[in-house]
Amino acid sequence: MIFQRLVTVVGREEVAEGIFALSLESAEVANSARPGQFINVRFSETALPLLRRPFSISRVDGSSIELLFNVIGQGTRLLASKRIGDRVDVLGPLGIPFGHQGGFDTAVIVAGGLGIAPFPFLTGLLKREKKRIATFVGAKTARQLVTRRLDDVQVATDDGSEGFRGTVVELLERNLSSNPVMRPKMFGCGPTPMLKALSAFAQEAGIECELSLEGDMACGVGLCQGCPVERANGRRKYALVCVEGPTFNCKEIVLR
Amino acid sequence: MIKESFSIRGVEFKNRVLVASGTFGYGDEVKDLVDVSKLGGICTKSLSWKPRDGNPPRRIVETPSGMLNSIGLANIGVHNFIDEKLPYLRQVDTKVIVNIAASSLQEYCDVLRLLEEQEGIDGYEINVSCPNVKEGGLNFGTDCSMTRRISEQLRALTEKPLIIKLTPNVTHISEFARAVEEAGADAVSVINTVIGMAVDIHKKKPKLSTVTGGLSGPAIKPIALAKVYEVAQAVKIPILGIGGIMTAEDAIEFLLVGATAVQVGTANFINPGTGVDVAEGLRRFAEQHQLADVAQLVGAMESNVEFSILQSWL
Repeated sequence: MIFQRLVTVVGREEVAEGIFALSLESAEVANSARPGQFINVRFSETALPLLRRPFSISRVDGSSIELLFNVIGQGTRLLASKRIGDRVDVLGPLGIPFGHQGGFDTAVIVAGGLGIAPFPFLTGLLKREKKRIATFVGAKTARQLVTRRLDDVQVATDDGSEGFRGTVVELLERNLSSNPVMRPKMFGCGPTPMLKALSAFAQEAGIECELSLEGDMACGVGLCQGCPVERANGRRKYALVCVEGPTFNCKEIVLR
Repeated sequence: MIKESFSIRGVEFKNRVLVASGTFGYGDEVKDLVDVSKLGGICTKSLSWKPRDGNPPRRIVETPSGMLNSIGLANIGVHNFIDEKLPYLRQVDTKVIVNIAASSLQEYCDVLRLLEEQEGIDGYEINVSCPNVKEGGLNFGTDCSMTRRISEQLRALTEKPLIIKLTPNVTHISEFARAVEEAGADAVSVINTVIGMAVDIHKKKPKLSTVTGGLSGPAIKPIALAKVYEVAQAVKIPILGIGGIMTAEDAIEFLLVGATAVQVGTANFINPGTGVDVAEGLRRFAEQHQLADVAQLVGAMESNVEFSILQSWL
């Protein structure tokens, strides 16, 4: 069930430099959301910005959902200016959740930058299911690092200001070669170059890997056809990130 | 009781608000969110003979008060449409206009002939104006004699309403409207998207994979109104006004300049129920103004025609 609701901002926090967490009160969305899903949010009543913006559901806390975003343009600047009590228009939950059940013992979570967004929600669920979790987080610099509500976190920064100096996938490869984990499954989210590296590593190592993708979408529900990702095989060339994703098995898609 | 309905070639639409092709899928995507029985009609995503993958990403860019798209007519093809989508559309309590796109005259005819054999289709809208495909599309829509030929040939194949969707990317859209009227079409949809472009200054590249795309949304409403006004001076057949309609007030502007009905497009991406809201707002406006029939708004604008720059075109 997809809901379209005007909801109230009940929490707002700058969690790192330019990175905000916003909590929205919606019992309906909170109750039906699953980790990996997203909501499409309209936060202006004018035509600037005109379209909704998609955000991963970062966490569910009782009847509220939390979004995590960084200020990158006009839209997100406006969203960051929202205060407790303001209302925004939410469409969701949308998309296919992560496959969290089944044949793995250790969830290896790999996030780059704001790619951490869907993982607090997933981590909570995995902990309830008594899965082991190893989390790898990459950021440009320590000031933009967010690791809250994640479990067993190792950090990589591009400038070496915290943790391993290098990419998060390099950090992951070193770790897994020195400390192999039992029956792993990887969950990745982040910039495309990082996801390509992660996908290549997962396929080489023969580890199942799900990726959460971003897409330039308008509607979020399959109407606009704006968010194609190339499929690795099958009759159709593209899948739509909004309704066939945003989570995909890395073998099913080709990242460009 | 206010009369909200209108007819094209004997097919009665319950109100004057339809949803535009390419902005409402095949209707089933948002059936949980929208009561489509409150719409005048649904124009489906364009259908071609074979499925089309569409263009590579990036396909969508938001621009001031609008969006640029270059979907490239991605669609499931007419055969899959008949098998997978038409059964749902047969049950909906609104009129179903199937939009057809093609890269040859033959393909338009083949798709329409196949659809003629099916139950549950109330009419056709012909896309001769997609700006985002190499073959067909705008090549047809900017060629007046080709637009006429397509209209004539399809007219010969169907007794159902035949609506031609025109592009604004020509010098005088009214010439195309006249050609289509003479060819026997029952109505025109005015306008398709306006060619536009956006550039990534950091990468020094166009933002869309196809360089240019089609601009839609409130940004094009003034253009669309001027085109509808121009066409309304030139033809007698009904005009379905399209372009940036977000509210009932927008729709009323279109009716006043001469549109018989309107289609809501880009707004569906923001709120899939916009068409229902616009229809409701239109009814309320008529009520407030004590109109017996929404038709009283059509072409009801009072204007100083001697000052209209359009006069020199017509």
